Amino acid sequence: MKIEFNENELKQVEEIKKRYPTTQAALMPVLYMIQEKYGWISKETMQFAAQLLDITEEHVLGVVTFYTMYNSKPVGKYHLQVCTNVSCMIRGAYDLMKSIEQELGIRKGETTSDQKFTITEVECLGSCGTAPMIQVNDDYYENLTIESTRTLLSNLKNN
Amino acid sequence: MTEKILLKDIPNYRDIEVYKQHGGYQIFKKALQRKPEEIIDEVKKSGLRGRGGACFPTGMKWGFMPKGGEKPNYLCINGDESEPGSFKDRQIFEFNPHQLIEGILISAYAINSPTCYIYIRGEYGKWIKLMQKALDDAYSQGFVGEEMKKTFKCDFFTNIYIHKGAGAYICGEESALMNSIEGKRGYPRVKPPFPPQYGLWGCPTTVNNVETISNIPAIVDKGGEWFASIGEPKHPGTLLFGISGHVNNPGVYELPTGTLLSDIIYKYAGGVPGDKKIKSVIPGGSSVPPLRSEQIDGLKMDAESLKAAGSSIGTGGIIVMDEDSDMVRVLTRITHFYHHESCGQCTPCREGTGWMLKVLHRIEEGNGTSHDLDLLIDVANNIEGHTICALGDAAAWPVKYTIERFRDEFESRVSKSLQLPVINKVHSMRETSAPLAEVNVG
Repeated sequence: MKIEFNENELKQVEEIKKRYPTTQAALMPVLYMIQEKYGWISKETMQFAAQLLDITEEHVLGVVTFYTMYNSKPVGKYHLQVCTNVSCMIRGAYDLMKSIEQELGIRKGETTSDQKFTITEVECLGSCGTAPMIQVNDDYYENLTIESTRTLLSNLKNN
Repeated sequence: MTEKILLKDIPNYRDIEVYKQHGGYQIFKKALQRKPEEIIDEVKKSGLRGRGGACFPTGMKWGFMPKGGEKPNYLCINGDESEPGSFKDRQIFEFNPHQLIEGILISAYAINSPTCYIYIRGEYGKWIKLMQKALDDAYSQGFVGEEMKKTFKCDFFTNIYIHKGAGAYICGEESALMNSIEGKRGYPRVKPPFPPQYGLWGCPTTVNNVETISNIPAIVDKGGEWFASIGEPKHPGTLLFGISGHVNNPGVYELPTGTLLSDIIYKYAGGVPGDKKIKSVIPGGSSVPPLRSEQIDGLKMDAESLKAAGSSIGTGGIIVMDEDSDMVRVLTRITHFYHHESCGQCTPCREGTGWMLKVLHRIEEGNGTSHDLDLLIDVANNIEGHTICALGDAAAWPVKYTIERFRDEFESRVSKSLQLPVINKVHSMRETSAPLAEVNVG
């Protein structure tokens, strides 16, 4: 697959660059653009980002691997990120995790064979007051129960 | 009750038109009639202290910024908010974004900053969109950017950009945050030099918390003395207390500093489900020492009172744990967090957090020994104060203080006594062990 940005996307990159005095600073937003377009950040896309911003590939690799939100391997259509930190934990996040794992037949860190769901255990997502919660792609689902999570999963399955 | 400064009971206050109807962007106009130094003095007079956890006086911080140097001054707004237990800044992004923007304009004017970055954690996709919408509205009405010159008939202007984080708790640390904006790994920098001397791209920089800056319009409007009269004299103002865990009504409550912790738990958050007793409360986010239930009575929520009680106000993120909570499990989960989030630069933190986690897992699984508790404290002591940034301390404190304050619970979980060929050099508080020098290993 050829990795490239179309004219609009290149224009967007130029807009991003204007916000900062160095092109290197545009790396994080550009990596987000790549992830949005290709779903994850592969070695090829890292090379592409490096060329685009005139920085080294090693630097790009260092940044991609440092931050947890850049997927360095493909994830399912629905990325279920379950927060299990203290506030969520004491309100049943691990039970929620177990029920999601059973429902989908995979363990955390895995993707279903139809590439529809990936489960990830994540650190605090800043929803402590509405715990337990999970993030599905960009959206937060809060104040969950095992029952409401089942409904959520079945809605996603049918989508 | 004191009036609310940050989360006002005005419907649709996030809408720019509603904000304007209530005097929005007029305070900045007023601020422009005063010299930047006068604004800084007003903030100093208010006694406002940073709301990100360190409680550093804001006016003093601004005072460190050079005036009229060759390099541009930068302002960064810290909205990384990743400390377990903290979820207050997102309320401002969602319900009062224009007050934050107006606060940024006044702050940028005070420290002469032509560019400001709002660093928001990447997971807050929805809140980034809401904040961006508010920012776009402010730009389109000429309140931000070069258009400001026309709108406010002044020479000063500032641009505000949102920089989206990508999932790293450490980026809430100010120097790591700056590295992240520069497009690098979020590694904390060695200090000194401090950001006002060497910040973003080597230029003078101030980093302030979202909640701190949102207080600025009210301070400039009503005066530093008015603000200083709210709450506790040494830590004035209101705070956004985020309360979670075992309470009936978790959420964010804006209350004056010095409000009783018991009032927050029982009066505002509706008490503990099932009327259970409280075992422990973490008063300011996961990094601060937890309190035992008997420490709660009469405890005021402000920096000084919590320091006196052997904890810290932190971010005001209160986590309540009822009598059935398993403190070993809680500490293990917290330690897992700090191990996961350690940036890996400093050996004591990188290795120590993993070591502590291993030992805690061992204890949780019932394979711990009585010496493990002392080992944990020993490792924690070797992390604390031996790292570039405060994440090391943040990882060490929960371990030290949870074991100290709930030692009985930990003791009852360590089932085995240690059988070693030589006596461990770590001293147990309960068993007498000979100093290493006296051990005959031959």
